[in-house]
Amino acid sequence: MTSETIAGPVQQFQAQIRWRWSEVLFWLATLLPPVLVPSYLVLASQIAITALFALSLDLILGFSGIISLGHAAYFGVGAYTAGLLSKWGWGEPVSGLLIAGFAAGLLGYVTSFVIARFRHLALIMITLGLGLLLQEAANSASWLTGGFDGLQGIHTWPIFQKFGFDLYGYTAYSYSLAVLFLVFLVARRLIHSPFGLALRGIRENGQRMPAIGAPMHAHIRTIYTIAAIIAGIAGAMLAQTTETVSLEALGFQRSADVVVMLILGGTGRLYGGLVGAAVYMVARDQFSGLNPQYWYFWIGLLLIAVVMLLPNGILGGLALLARRLGVRS
Amino acid sequence: MSDTALAVRGLNKSFGSLVVASDVEINIPPGVRYALIGPNGAGKTTLINLMTGMLRPDAGRIFLGDDDITVLPPEERVRRGLVRTFQINSLFPHLTALESVTLAVCERRRVAATWWRQITAYRHEVDEAYDILSVLTLASVCHRLTRELAYGQQRLLEIALALATRPRVLLLDEPAAGVPREESQELFAAIAGLSRDITVLFIEHDMELVFRFASRVIVMVGGRVLLEGTPHEIASDPRVRAVYLGKTRQGSVS
Repeated sequence: MTSETIAGPVQQFQAQIRWRWSEVLFWLATLLPPVLVPSYLVLASQIAITALFALSLDLILGFSGIISLGHAAYFGVGAYTAGLLSKWGWGEPVSGLLIAGFAAGLLGYVTSFVIARFRHLALIMITLGLGLLLQEAANSASWLTGGFDGLQGIHTWPIFQKFGFDLYGYTAYSYSLAVLFLVFLVARRLIHSPFGLALRGIRENGQRMPAIGAPMHAHIRTIYTIAAIIAGIAGAMLAQTTETVSLEALGFQRSADVVVMLILGGTGRLYGGLVGAAVYMVARDQFSGLNPQYWYFWIGLLLIAVVMLLPNGILGGLALLARRLGVRS
Repeated sequence: MSDTALAVRGLNKSFGSLVVASDVEINIPPGVRYALIGPNGAGKTTLINLMTGMLRPDAGRIFLGDDDITVLPPEERVRRGLVRTFQINSLFPHLTALESVTLAVCERRRVAATWWRQITAYRHEVDEAYDILSVLTLASVCHRLTRELAYGQQRLLEIALALATRPRVLLLDEPAAGVPREESQELFAAIAGLSRDITVLFIEHDMELVFRFASRVIVMVGGRVLLEGTPHEIASDPRVRAVYLGKTRQGSVS
Protein backbone atom coordinates (compact mmCIF):
# COMPACT_ATOMS: atom_id res chain seq x y z
CA MET A 1 0.00 0.00 0.00
CA THR A 2 1.04 3.55 -0.54
CA SER A 3 2.00 5.71 2.39
CA GLU A 4 -0.69 8.28 1.67
CA THR A 5 -3.89 7.85 3.65
CA ILE A 6 -6.77 6.23 1.85
CA ALA A 7 -9.47 8.84 1.56
CA GLY A 8 -12.37 6.63 0.55
CA PRO A 9 -13.15 3.08 -0.45
CA VAL A 10 -12.90 3.67 -4.19
CA GLN A 11 -9.43 5.22 -3.78
CA GLN A 12 -8.08 1.79 -2.96
CA PHE A 13 -8.89 0.77 -6.52
CA GLN A 14 -7.70 4.05 -8.00
CA ALA A 15 -4.31 3.53 -6.38
CA GLN A 16 -3.97 0.20 -8.21
CA ILE A 17 -5.08 1.51 -11.57
CA ARG A 18 -2.86 4.59 -11.61
CA TRP A 19 0.00 4.49 -14.12
CA ARG A 20 3.32 4.15 -12.36
CA TRP A 21 6.60 5.73 -13.35
CA SER A 22 8.17 2.32 -13.77
CA GLU A 23 5.52 1.52 -16.38
CA VAL A 24 6.16 4.72 -18.31
CA LEU A 25 9.89 4.01 -18.22
CA PHE A 26 9.30 0.47 -19.42
CA TRP A 27 7.41 1.60 -22.50
CA LEU A 28 9.89 4.39 -23.22
CA ALA A 29 12.65 1.77 -23.08
CA THR A 30 10.91 -0.26 -25.78
CA LEU A 31 11.61 2.63 -28.15
CA LEU A 32 15.37 2.26 -27.67
CA PRO A 33 16.29 -0.85 -29.75
CA PRO A 34 16.21 0.94 -33.16
CA VAL A 35 18.63 3.51 -31.75
CA LEU A 36 20.87 1.35 -29.55
CA VAL A 37 20.89 -2.06 -31.25
CA PRO A 38 19.67 -1.55 -34.83
CA SER A 39 21.23 -4.82 -35.92
CA TYR A 40 19.05 -6.74 -33.46
CA LEU A 41 15.68 -5.45 -34.63
CA VAL A 42 14.62 -8.79 -36.05
CA LEU A 43 15.18 -10.33 -32.62
CA ALA A 44 13.46 -7.35 -30.97
CA SER A 45 10.33 -7.78 -33.06
CA GLN A 46 10.27 -11.50 -32.25
CA ILE A 47 10.52 -10.55 -28.58
CA ALA A 48 7.57 -8.18 -28.92
CA ILE A 49 5.53 -10.92 -30.62
CA THR A 50 6.47 -13.50 -28.01
CA ALA A 51 5.74 -10.98 -25.26
CA LEU A 52 2.23 -10.59 -26.65
CA PHE A 53 1.85 -14.37 -26.64
CA ALA A 54 3.08 -14.52 -23.03
CA LEU A 55 0.68 -11.72 -22.08
CA SER A 56 -2.21 -13.79 -23.42
CA LEU A 57 -1.09 -16.73 -21.29
CA ASP A 58 -0.79 -14.47 -18.25
CA LEU A 59 -4.48 -13.61 -18.56
CA ILE A 60 -5.47 -17.24 -18.07
CA LEU A 61 -2.56 -18.66 -16.06
CA GLY A 62 -1.46 -15.69 -14.00
CA PHE A 63 -4.76 -13.95 -13.39
CA SER A 64 -7.28 -16.77 -13.52
CA GLY A 65 -5.24 -19.78 -12.37
CA ILE A 66 -6.00 -21.74 -15.55
CA ILE A 67 -2.85 -23.67 -16.37
CA SER A 68 -2.23 -24.54 -20.02
CA LEU A 69 0.46 -26.53 -21.80
CA GLY A 70 -1.20 -26.18 -25.18
CA HIS A 71 -1.49 -22.46 -25.62
CA ALA A 72 0.53 -22.55 -28.86
CA ALA A 73 -2.53 -24.09 -30.54
CA TYR A 74 -4.13 -20.64 -30.72
CA PHE A 75 -0.84 -18.97 -31.67
CA GLY A 76 -0.49 -21.50 -34.48
CA VAL A 77 -4.05 -21.13 -35.73
CA GLY A 78 -3.51 -17.38 -35.88
CA ALA A 79 -0.22 -17.84 -37.73
CA TYR A 80 -1.65 -20.26 -40.30
CA THR A 81 -4.76 -18.14 -40.81
CA ALA A 82 -2.72 -15.03 -41.56
CA GLY A 83 -0.27 -17.04 -43.64
CA LEU A 84 -2.96 -18.71 -45.74
CA LEU A 85 -4.81 -15.44 -46.24
CA SER A 86 -1.65 -13.94 -47.65
CA LYS A 87 -0.87 -16.99 -49.75
CA TRP A 88 -4.36 -16.89 -51.23
CA GLY A 89 -3.91 -13.26 -52.21
CA TRP A 90 -4.89 -11.12 -49.25
CA GLY A 91 -1.67 -9.80 -47.71
CA GLU A 92 -3.11 -6.75 -45.98
CA PRO A 93 -1.61 -7.02 -42.47
CA VAL A 94 -4.09 -5.26 -40.17
CA SER A 95 -7.20 -7.02 -41.44
CA GLY A 96 -5.10 -10.20 -41.49
CA LEU A 97 -4.46 -9.79 -37.77
CA LEU A 98 -8.14 -9.33 -37.05
CA ILE A 99 -9.22 -12.32 -39.12
CA ALA A 100 -6.50 -14.48 -37.53
CA GLY A 101 -7.57 -13.31 -34.07
CA PHE A 102 -11.14 -14.22 -34.92
CA ALA A 103 -10.17 -17.72 -36.10
CA ALA A 104 -8.08 -18.38 -32.99
CA GLY A 105 -10.83 -16.94 -30.80
CA LEU A 106 -13.37 -19.24 -32.42
CA LEU A 107 -11.25 -22.27 -31.58
CA GLY A 108 -10.70 -20.84 -28.09
CA TYR A 109 -14.42 -20.41 -27.57
CA VAL A 110 -15.23 -23.95 -28.66
CA THR A 111 -12.49 -25.52 -26.52
CA SER A 112 -13.31 -23.28 -23.54
CA PHE A 113 -16.40 -25.38 -22.84
CA VAL A 114 -14.08 -28.27 -22.00
CA ILE A 115 -11.44 -26.13 -20.31
CA ALA A 116 -13.94 -24.51 -17.91
CA ARG A 117 -14.88 -27.86 -16.41
CA PHE A 118 -11.41 -28.89 -15.28
CA ARG A 119 -8.60 -27.67 -13.07
CA HIS A 120 -5.02 -28.49 -12.16
CA LEU A 121 -3.45 -31.71 -13.46
CA ALA A 122 -6.44 -32.68 -15.59
CA LEU A 123 -6.26 -29.29 -17.27
CA ILE A 124 -2.55 -29.69 -18.02
CA MET A 125 -3.28 -33.01 -19.71
CA ILE A 126 -6.26 -31.69 -21.67
CA THR A 127 -4.47 -28.60 -22.97
CA LEU A 128 -1.42 -30.71 -23.78
CA GLY A 129 -3.63 -33.13 -25.68
CA LEU A 130 -5.37 -30.35 -27.59
CA GLY A 131 -2.00 -28.93 -28.63
CA LEU A 132 -0.68 -32.29 -29.83
CA LEU A 133 -3.95 -32.98 -31.63
CA LEU A 134 -3.75 -29.76 -33.57
CA GLN A 135 -0.07 -30.16 -34.36
CA GLU A 136 -0.62 -33.58 -35.89
CA ALA A 137 -3.70 -32.34 -37.76
CA ALA A 138 -1.61 -29.55 -39.27
CA ASN A 139 1.14 -32.03 -40.10
CA SER A 140 -1.18 -34.43 -41.91
CA ALA A 141 -2.99 -31.64 -43.77
CA SER A 142 0.19 -30.79 -45.64
CA TRP A 143 -1.77 -29.85 -48.78
CA LEU A 144 -3.02 -26.88 -46.73
CA THR A 145 -0.25 -26.09 -44.28
CA GLY A 146 2.81 -27.24 -46.19
CA GLY A 147 3.30 -29.82 -43.45
CA PHE A 148 6.85 -30.34 -42.32
CA ASP A 149 8.26 -27.97 -44.93
CA GLY A 150 6.25 -25.06 -43.61
CA LEU A 151 3.89 -22.67 -45.33
CA GLN A 152 5.57 -20.91 -48.23
CA GLY A 153 4.49 -18.11 -50.53
CA ILE A 154 3.43 -15.55 -47.93
CA HIS A 155 3.76 -11.97 -48.96
CA THR A 156 2.74 -9.23 -46.54
CA TRP A 157 1.63 -5.95 -48.06
CA PRO A 158 2.88 -2.63 -46.70
CA ILE A 159 1.05 -1.47 -43.56
CA PHE A 160 -1.60 1.13 -44.47
CA GLN A 161 -0.23 0.70 -48.04
CA LYS A 162 2.69 2.84 -46.96
CA PHE A 163 5.19 1.14 -44.67
CA GLY A 164 6.77 -1.80 -46.42
CA PHE A 165 8.56 -4.53 -44.46
CA ASP A 166 12.31 -3.95 -44.76
CA LEU A 167 15.23 -6.30 -44.40
CA TYR A 168 16.46 -4.69 -41.18
CA GLY A 169 13.18 -5.06 -39.32
CA TYR A 170 12.36 -1.41 -38.68
CA THR A 171 8.80 -1.82 -39.88
CA ALA A 172 8.46 -5.26 -38.32
CA TYR A 173 9.57 -3.96 -34.92
CA SER A 174 7.41 -0.83 -35.05
CA TYR A 175 4.43 -2.91 -36.12
CA SER A 176 4.92 -5.61 -33.46
CA LEU A 177 5.53 -3.05 -30.75
CA ALA A 178 2.48 -0.99 -31.69
CA VAL A 179 0.22 -4.03 -31.66
CA LEU A 180 1.75 -5.23 -28.38
CA PHE A 181 1.14 -1.85 -26.79
CA LEU A 182 -2.46 -1.58 -28.01
CA VAL A 183 -3.35 -5.08 -26.83
CA PHE A 184 -1.55 -4.42 -23.58
CA LEU A 185 -3.77 -1.38 -22.99
CA VAL A 186 -6.84 -3.56 -23.50
CA ALA A 187 -5.46 -6.23 -21.14
CA ARG A 188 -4.60 -3.63 -18.53
CA ARG A 189 -8.12 -2.27 -18.68
CA LEU A 190 -9.55 -5.75 -18.43
CA ILE A 191 -7.47 -6.59 -15.37
CA HIS A 192 -8.74 -3.50 -13.58
CA SER A 193 -12.38 -4.11 -14.48
CA PRO A 194 -15.00 -5.92 -12.38
CA PHE A 195 -14.31 -8.92 -14.63
CA GLY A 196 -10.60 -8.72 -13.74
CA LEU A 197 -11.56 -8.85 -10.08
CA ALA A 198 -13.72 -11.92 -10.76
CA LEU A 199 -10.77 -13.59 -12.49
CA ARG A 200 -8.58 -13.04 -9.45
CA GLY A 201 -11.40 -14.50 -7.37
CA ILE A 202 -11.33 -17.64 -9.53
CA ARG A 203 -7.57 -17.89 -9.13
CA GLU A 204 -7.69 -17.35 -5.37
CA ASN A 205 -10.57 -19.69 -4.59
CA GLY A 206 -12.56 -21.17 -7.44
CA GLN A 207 -14.70 -23.23 -5.10
CA ARG A 208 -15.90 -20.12 -3.29
CA MET A 209 -17.06 -18.39 -6.47
CA PRO A 210 -20.40 -20.23 -6.89
CA ALA A 211 -21.15 -19.44 -3.22
CA ILE A 212 -21.12 -15.71 -4.02
CA GLY A 213 -23.35 -16.28 -7.02
CA ALA A 214 -20.62 -16.14 -9.66
CA PRO A 215 -21.13 -17.94 -12.98
CA MET A 216 -17.56 -19.21 -12.90
CA HIS A 217 -17.68 -21.35 -16.03
CA ALA A 218 -18.98 -18.42 -18.07
CA HIS A 219 -16.17 -16.23 -16.72
CA ILE A 220 -13.58 -18.85 -17.64
CA ARG A 221 -15.03 -19.24 -21.14
CA THR A 222 -14.81 -15.47 -21.68
CA ILE A 223 -11.21 -15.06 -20.57
CA TYR A 224 -10.11 -18.21 -22.37
CA THR A 225 -11.60 -16.92 -25.61
CA ILE A 226 -9.99 -13.50 -25.14
CA ALA A 227 -6.61 -15.12 -24.44
CA ALA A 228 -6.98 -17.26 -27.56
CA ILE A 229 -7.72 -14.17 -29.68
CA ILE A 230 -4.60 -12.42 -28.39
CA ALA A 231 -2.48 -15.54 -28.94
CA GLY A 232 -3.86 -15.72 -32.47
CA ILE A 233 -2.94 -12.10 -33.13
CA ALA A 234 0.60 -12.81 -31.89
CA GLY A 235 0.84 -15.83 -34.19
CA ALA A 236 -0.43 -13.81 -37.12
CA MET A 237 2.22 -11.17 -36.53
CA LEU A 238 4.93 -13.80 -36.59
CA ALA A 239 3.62 -15.13 -39.90
CA GLN A 240 3.36 -11.64 -41.38
CA THR A 241 6.78 -10.40 -40.26
CA THR A 242 8.73 -13.57 -41.09
CA GLU A 243 6.59 -14.47 -44.13
CA THR A 244 6.69 -18.12 -43.23
CA VAL A 245 4.84 -20.49 -40.88
CA SER A 246 6.23 -23.79 -39.67
CA LEU A 247 4.65 -26.54 -37.60
CA GLU A 248 6.75 -25.24 -34.75
CA ALA A 249 4.27 -22.36 -34.47
CA LEU A 250 1.75 -24.65 -32.78
CA GLY A 251 4.17 -27.15 -31.31
CA PHE A 252 4.53 -28.31 -27.75
CA GLN A 253 7.93 -26.60 -27.49
CA ARG A 254 6.31 -23.21 -27.99
CA SER A 255 3.60 -23.96 -25.43
CA ALA A 256 6.22 -24.99 -22.88
CA ASP A 257 8.55 -22.08 -23.66
CA VAL A 258 5.85 -19.50 -23.07
CA VAL A 259 5.03 -21.01 -19.67
CA VAL A 260 8.72 -20.83 -18.80
CA MET A 261 8.92 -17.18 -19.90
CA LEU A 262 5.89 -16.23 -17.85
CA ILE A 263 7.21 -17.94 -14.74
CA LEU A 264 10.62 -16.33 -15.26
CA GLY A 265 9.08 -12.88 -15.49
CA GLY A 266 6.43 -13.39 -12.83
CA THR A 267 2.82 -14.50 -13.21
CA GLY A 268 -0.23 -12.32 -12.63
CA ARG A 269 1.60 -9.04 -13.07
CA LEU A 270 0.82 -7.99 -16.67
CA TYR A 271 4.49 -7.16 -17.24
CA GLY A 272 5.73 -10.62 -16.22
CA GLY A 273 5.24 -12.12 -19.66
CA LEU A 274 6.82 -9.08 -21.31
CA VAL A 275 9.92 -9.11 -19.15
CA GLY A 276 10.09 -12.91 -19.21
CA ALA A 277 9.92 -13.01 -23.00
CA ALA A 278 12.69 -10.43 -23.29
CA VAL A 279 14.99 -12.16 -20.79
CA TYR A 280 14.35 -15.60 -22.25
CA MET A 281 14.86 -14.65 -25.87
CA VAL A 282 17.93 -12.52 -25.26
CA ALA A 283 19.37 -15.34 -23.12
CA ARG A 284 18.60 -17.87 -25.83
CA ASP A 285 20.21 -15.65 -28.44
CA GLN A 286 23.34 -15.23 -26.35
CA PHE A 287 23.60 -18.82 -25.13
CA SER A 288 23.08 -20.28 -28.59
CA GLY A 289 25.79 -17.95 -29.83
CA LEU A 290 28.13 -19.31 -27.17
CA ASN A 291 27.22 -22.92 -27.70
CA PRO A 292 24.72 -23.79 -30.42
CA GLN A 293 24.19 -27.34 -29.20
CA TYR A 294 23.70 -27.11 -25.47
CA TRP A 295 22.06 -23.76 -24.93
CA TYR A 296 19.00 -25.32 -23.28
CA PHE A 297 21.32 -26.29 -20.45
CA TRP A 298 21.66 -22.62 -19.52
CA ILE A 299 17.96 -21.96 -19.92
CA GLY A 300 17.33 -24.82 -17.51
CA LEU A 301 19.81 -23.40 -15.05
CA LEU A 302 18.27 -19.95 -15.35
CA LEU A 303 14.80 -21.34 -14.74
CA ILE A 304 15.84 -23.30 -11.65
CA ALA A 305 17.74 -20.33 -10.25
CA VAL A 306 14.83 -17.92 -10.73
CA VAL A 307 12.23 -20.26 -9.28
CA MET A 308 14.43 -21.09 -6.27
CA LEU A 309 15.61 -17.58 -5.51
CA LEU A 310 12.66 -15.54 -6.78
CA PRO A 311 9.46 -17.53 -6.30
CA ASN A 312 7.40 -14.72 -7.82
CA GLY A 313 9.64 -14.33 -10.84
CA ILE A 314 11.96 -11.52 -11.81
CA LEU A 315 9.28 -8.86 -11.34
CA GLY A 316 8.28 -10.32 -7.99
CA GLY A 317 11.92 -10.08 -6.94
CA LEU A 318 12.17 -6.48 -8.14
CA ALA A 319 8.97 -5.54 -6.30
CA LEU A 320 10.37 -7.09 -3.12
CA LEU A 321 13.63 -5.20 -3.57
CA ALA A 322 11.74 -1.95 -4.10
CA ARG A 323 9.74 -2.53 -0.90
CA ARG A 324 12.90 -3.31 1.07
CA LEU A 325 14.47 -0.09 -0.14
CA GLY A 326 11.29 1.77 0.76
CA VAL A 327 10.75 2.91 -2.80
CA ARG A 328 7.25 3.24 -4.14
CA SER A 329 6.93 1.31 -7.36
CA MET B 1 -46.46 -15.47 -0.77
CA SER B 2 -45.90 -18.63 1.17
CA ASP B 3 -45.11 -18.82 4.85
CA THR B 4 -41.94 -20.83 4.24
CA ALA B 5 -38.57 -19.32 3.47
CA LEU B 6 -36.84 -22.65 3.00
CA ALA B 7 -38.27 -26.14 3.01
CA VAL B 8 -36.82 -29.61 2.61
CA ARG B 9 -39.04 -32.60 1.73
CA GLY B 10 -38.00 -36.23 2.11
CA LEU B 11 -34.32 -35.56 1.55
CA ASN B 12 -32.05 -38.60 1.31
CA LYS B 13 -28.35 -38.89 0.68
CA SER B 14 -25.83 -41.61 1.25
CA PHE B 15 -22.18 -42.12 0.40
CA GLY B 16 -22.01 -45.84 -0.28
CA SER B 17 -23.36 -47.51 2.83
CA LEU B 18 -23.02 -44.37 4.95
CA VAL B 19 -26.38 -42.64 5.25
CA VAL B 20 -25.82 -38.90 5.81
CA ALA B 21 -29.38 -37.69 5.28
CA SER B 22 -32.41 -39.84 5.87
CA ASP B 23 -35.96 -38.57 5.14
CA VAL B 24 -35.09 -35.08 6.30
CA GLU B 25 -38.12 -32.77 6.55
CA ILE B 26 -37.55 -29.15 7.47
CA ASN B 27 -39.79 -26.13 7.19
CA ILE B 28 -38.30 -22.76 7.99
CA PRO B 29 -40.63 -19.76 8.16
CA PRO B 30 -39.36 -16.32 7.07
CA GLY B 31 -37.41 -14.15 9.48
CA VAL B 32 -36.82 -16.80 12.13
CA ARG B 33 -33.40 -17.50 13.71
CA TYR B 34 -32.87 -21.24 13.58
CA ALA B 35 -30.10 -23.23 15.19
CA LEU B 36 -29.09 -26.62 13.81
CA ILE B 37 -27.42 -28.74 16.46
CA GLY B 38 -26.31 -32.31 16.87
CA PRO B 39 -23.21 -34.36 17.63
CA ASN B 40 -20.32 -34.55 15.19
CA GLY B 41 -21.19 -36.59 12.13
CA ALA B 42 -24.90 -35.95 12.52
CA GLY B 43 -25.08 -34.60 8.96
CA LYS B 44 -25.44 -30.88 9.70
CA THR B 45 -22.89 -29.61 7.19
CA THR B 46 -24.05 -32.23 4.70
CA LEU B 47 -27.56 -30.81 5.00
CA ILE B 48 -26.23 -27.33 4.20
CA ASN B 49 -24.29 -28.76 1.26
CA LEU B 50 -27.47 -30.39 -0.01
CA MET B 51 -29.59 -27.29 0.43
CA THR B 52 -27.07 -25.04 -1.34
CA GLY B 53 -26.49 -27.46 -4.20
CA MET B 54 -22.90 -28.40 -3.39
CA LEU B 55 -24.17 -31.97 -3.13
CA ARG B 56 -26.95 -33.63 -5.13
CA PRO B 57 -29.56 -35.46 -3.04
CA ASP B 58 -30.42 -39.07 -3.89
CA ALA B 59 -34.08 -38.26 -3.33
CA GLY B 60 -36.25 -35.45 -2.04
CA ARG B 61 -36.97 -31.86 -2.93
CA ILE B 62 -35.74 -28.46 -1.76
CA PHE B 63 -37.87 -25.33 -1.92
CA LEU B 64 -36.84 -21.71 -1.62
CA GLY B 65 -40.08 -19.88 -0.94
CA ASP B 66 -42.48 -21.49 -3.44
CA ASP B 67 -39.79 -22.40 -5.96
CA ASP B 68 -38.43 -25.90 -6.36
CA ILE B 69 -34.65 -25.39 -6.48
CA THR B 70 -33.62 -29.06 -6.21
CA VAL B 71 -31.83 -29.16 -9.57
CA LEU B 72 -30.48 -25.60 -9.72
CA PRO B 73 -26.70 -25.10 -9.70
CA PRO B 74 -25.21 -23.48 -6.56
CA GLU B 75 -24.65 -20.04 -8.10
CA GLU B 76 -28.26 -19.87 -9.28
CA ARG B 77 -29.48 -20.63 -5.74
CA VAL B 78 -27.27 -17.81 -4.47
CA ARG B 79 -28.81 -15.44 -7.02
CA ARG B 80 -32.24 -16.39 -5.76
CA GLY B 81 -31.21 -15.60 -2.20
CA LEU B 82 -30.05 -18.87 -0.62
CA VAL B 83 -26.55 -18.19 0.65
CA ARG B 84 -24.11 -19.96 2.95
CA THR B 85 -20.87 -19.43 4.79
CA PHE B 86 -18.24 -22.07 5.43
CA GLN B 87 -17.09 -23.69 8.64
CA ILE B 88 -13.48 -23.43 7.56
CA ASN B 89 -12.61 -20.03 6.14
CA SER B 90 -13.04 -20.20 2.41
CA LEU B 91 -11.89 -16.77 1.32
CA PHE B 92 -9.72 -15.10 -1.32
CA PRO B 93 -6.30 -14.91 0.41
CA HIS B 94 -4.64 -12.39 -1.92
CA LEU B 95 -7.63 -10.10 -2.36
CA THR B 96 -8.17 -7.28 0.11
CA ALA B 97 -11.31 -7.39 2.23
CA LEU B 98 -12.78 -4.57 0.15
CA GLU B 99 -11.92 -6.29 -3.14
CA SER B 100 -13.52 -9.52 -1.96
CA VAL B 101 -16.81 -7.94 -0.94
CA THR B 102 -16.83 -5.65 -4.00
CA LEU B 103 -16.50 -8.78 -6.13
CA ALA B 104 -19.53 -10.32 -4.45
CA VAL B 105 -21.54 -7.10 -4.90
CA CYS B 106 -20.53 -6.92 -8.59
CA GLU B 107 -21.62 -10.52 -9.11
CA ARG B 108 -24.99 -9.78 -7.53
CA ARG B 109 -25.51 -6.70 -9.68
CA ARG B 110 -24.41 -8.70 -12.69
CA VAL B 111 -21.63 -6.37 -13.70
CA ALA B 112 -18.81 -8.82 -12.97
CA ALA B 113 -18.63 -9.91 -16.60
CA THR B 114 -17.89 -6.35 -17.73
CA TRP B 115 -14.28 -6.21 -18.87
CA TRP B 116 -14.18 -2.98 -20.85
CA ARG B 117 -14.88 -0.56 -17.99
CA GLN B 118 -12.56 0.01 -15.07
CA ILE B 119 -13.76 -0.81 -11.60
CA THR B 120 -13.46 2.80 -10.46
CA ALA B 121 -16.54 3.47 -12.60
CA TYR B 122 -18.49 1.29 -10.15
CA ARG B 123 -18.43 3.61 -7.19
CA HIS B 124 -21.86 2.42 -5.96
CA GLU B 125 -20.72 -1.17 -5.80
CA VAL B 126 -17.52 -0.25 -3.98
CA ASP B 127 -19.38 1.98 -1.54
CA GLU B 128 -21.92 -0.73 -0.82
CA ALA B 129 -19.11 -3.20 -0.13
CA TYR B 130 -17.51 -0.68 2.20
CA ASP B 131 -20.82 -0.19 4.04
CA ILE B 132 -21.20 -3.92 4.58
CA LEU B 133 -17.65 -4.10 5.94
CA SER B 134 -18.38 -1.11 8.21
CA VAL B 135 -21.43 -2.82 9.72
CA LEU B 136 -19.25 -5.83 10.51
CA THR B 137 -16.54 -3.57 12.03
CA LEU B 138 -14.08 -4.34 9.23
CA ALA B 139 -13.88 -0.87 7.67
CA SER B 140 -10.53 -0.10 9.28
CA VAL B 141 -8.89 -3.17 7.75
CA CYS B 142 -10.66 -3.13 4.38
CA HIS B 143 -7.44 -2.39 2.49
CA ARG B 144 -5.58 -5.33 4.05
CA LEU B 145 -5.11 -8.60 2.23
CA THR B 146 -7.47 -11.28 3.51
CA ARG B 147 -4.61 -13.55 4.53
CA GLU B 148 -3.24 -10.80 6.77
CA LEU B 149 -6.48 -10.42 8.73
CA ALA B 150 -6.89 -11.84 12.23
CA TYR B 151 -8.82 -15.09 12.35
CA GLY B 152 -11.91 -13.51 13.91
CA GLN B 153 -11.88 -10.83 11.21
CA GLN B 154 -11.76 -13.54 8.57
CA ARG B 155 -14.85 -15.12 10.14
CA LEU B 156 -16.59 -11.75 9.86
CA LEU B 157 -15.45 -11.43 6.25
CA GLU B 158 -17.12 -14.79 5.55
CA ILE B 159 -20.38 -13.23 6.70
CA ALA B 160 -19.69 -10.00 4.81
CA LEU B 161 -19.28 -11.98 1.57
CA ALA B 162 -22.59 -13.70 2.20
CA LEU B 163 -24.37 -10.43 2.99
CA ALA B 164 -23.05 -8.85 -0.21
CA THR B 165 -25.19 -11.29 -2.16
CA ARG B 166 -28.35 -9.92 -0.39
CA PRO B 167 -29.54 -13.25 0.98
CA ARG B 168 -33.14 -14.05 1.83
CA VAL B 169 -32.02 -17.18 3.64
CA LEU B 170 -28.57 -17.31 5.21
CA LEU B 171 -27.02 -20.61 6.26
CA LEU B 172 -24.09 -20.17 8.66
CA ASP B 173 -21.92 -23.22 9.16
CA GLU B 174 -20.38 -22.75 12.61
CA PRO B 175 -19.81 -19.02 12.15
CA ALA B 176 -17.80 -18.82 15.38
CA ALA B 177 -15.70 -21.95 14.83
CA GLY B 178 -12.24 -21.41 16.25
CA VAL B 179 -13.03 -17.97 17.61
CA PRO B 180 -12.35 -17.24 21.31
CA ARG B 181 -15.45 -17.14 23.49
CA GLU B 182 -15.64 -13.40 24.07
CA GLU B 183 -15.23 -12.73 20.35
CA SER B 184 -17.85 -15.28 19.39
CA GLN B 185 -20.37 -13.32 21.50
CA GLU B 186 -19.60 -10.24 19.36
CA LEU B 187 -19.86 -12.27 16.22
CA PHE B 188 -23.28 -13.55 17.18
CA ALA B 189 -24.36 -10.08 18.21
CA ALA B 190 -23.57 -9.04 14.63
CA ILE B 191 -25.65 -11.94 13.31
CA ALA B 192 -28.51 -11.08 15.68
CA GLY B 193 -28.38 -7.53 14.37
CA LEU B 194 -29.08 -8.62 10.80
CA SER B 195 -32.28 -7.45 9.16
CA ARG B 196 -35.38 -9.49 10.05
CA ASP B 197 -35.95 -9.90 6.31
CA ILE B 198 -33.13 -12.41 6.37
CA THR B 199 -33.98 -15.87 7.59
CA VAL B 200 -31.00 -17.40 9.40
CA LEU B 201 -30.08 -20.99 10.08
CA PHE B 202 -26.82 -21.56 11.94
CA ILE B 203 -24.88 -24.59 13.07
CA GLU B 204 -23.37 -24.08 16.52
CA HIS B 205 -22.00 -26.32 19.24
CA ASP B 206 -22.01 -23.81 22.09
CA MET B 207 -25.40 -24.29 23.76
CA GLU B 208 -25.27 -20.96 25.52
CA LEU B 209 -25.01 -19.19 22.14
CA VAL B 210 -27.75 -21.38 20.71
CA PHE B 211 -30.15 -20.55 23.54
CA ARG B 212 -29.33 -16.89 23.37
CA PHE B 213 -29.57 -16.29 19.65
CA ALA B 214 -31.95 -18.90 18.24
CA SER B 215 -35.72 -18.79 18.48
CA ARG B 216 -36.08 -22.33 17.13
CA VAL B 217 -33.74 -25.31 17.26
CA ILE B 218 -33.44 -28.39 15.05
CA VAL B 219 -31.62 -31.40 16.48
CA MET B 220 -30.02 -33.82 14.05
CA VAL B 221 -28.62 -37.24 14.90
CA GLY B 222 -27.28 -39.80 12.43
CA GLY B 223 -28.62 -38.03 9.36
CA ARG B 224 -32.14 -37.71 10.79
CA VAL B 225 -34.02 -34.82 12.32
CA LEU B 226 -34.52 -35.96 15.90
CA LEU B 227 -36.81 -33.09 16.82
CA GLU B 228 -37.53 -29.42 16.39
CA GLY B 229 -38.75 -26.89 18.92
CA THR B 230 -38.06 -23.82 20.97
CA PRO B 231 -34.76 -23.72 22.87
CA HIS B 232 -36.69 -24.39 26.06
CA GLU B 233 -38.38 -27.49 24.67
CA ILE B 234 -35.09 -28.77 23.35
CA ALA B 235 -33.27 -28.23 26.61
CA SER B 236 -35.84 -30.22 28.56
CA ASP B 237 -36.26 -33.07 26.08
CA PRO B 238 -34.92 -36.36 27.45
CA ARG B 239 -33.88 -37.64 24.02
CA VAL B 240 -31.66 -34.61 23.44
CA ARG B 241 -30.22 -35.07 26.88
CA ALA B 242 -29.44 -38.67 26.05
CA VAL B 243 -27.62 -37.64 22.88
CA TYR B 244 -25.63 -34.98 24.65
CA LEU B 245 -25.07 -37.02 27.79
CA GLY B 246 -23.30 -39.47 25.54
CA LYS B 247 -21.02 -36.63 24.60
CA THR B 248 -20.62 -35.39 28.17
CA ARG B 249 -18.99 -38.66 29.07
CA GLN B 250 -16.34 -37.81 26.50
CA GLY B 251 -16.14 -34.44 28.20
CA SER B 252 -16.90 -32.12 25.29
CA VAL B 253 -20.02 -30.27 26.45
CA SER B 254 -19.81 -27.81 29.28
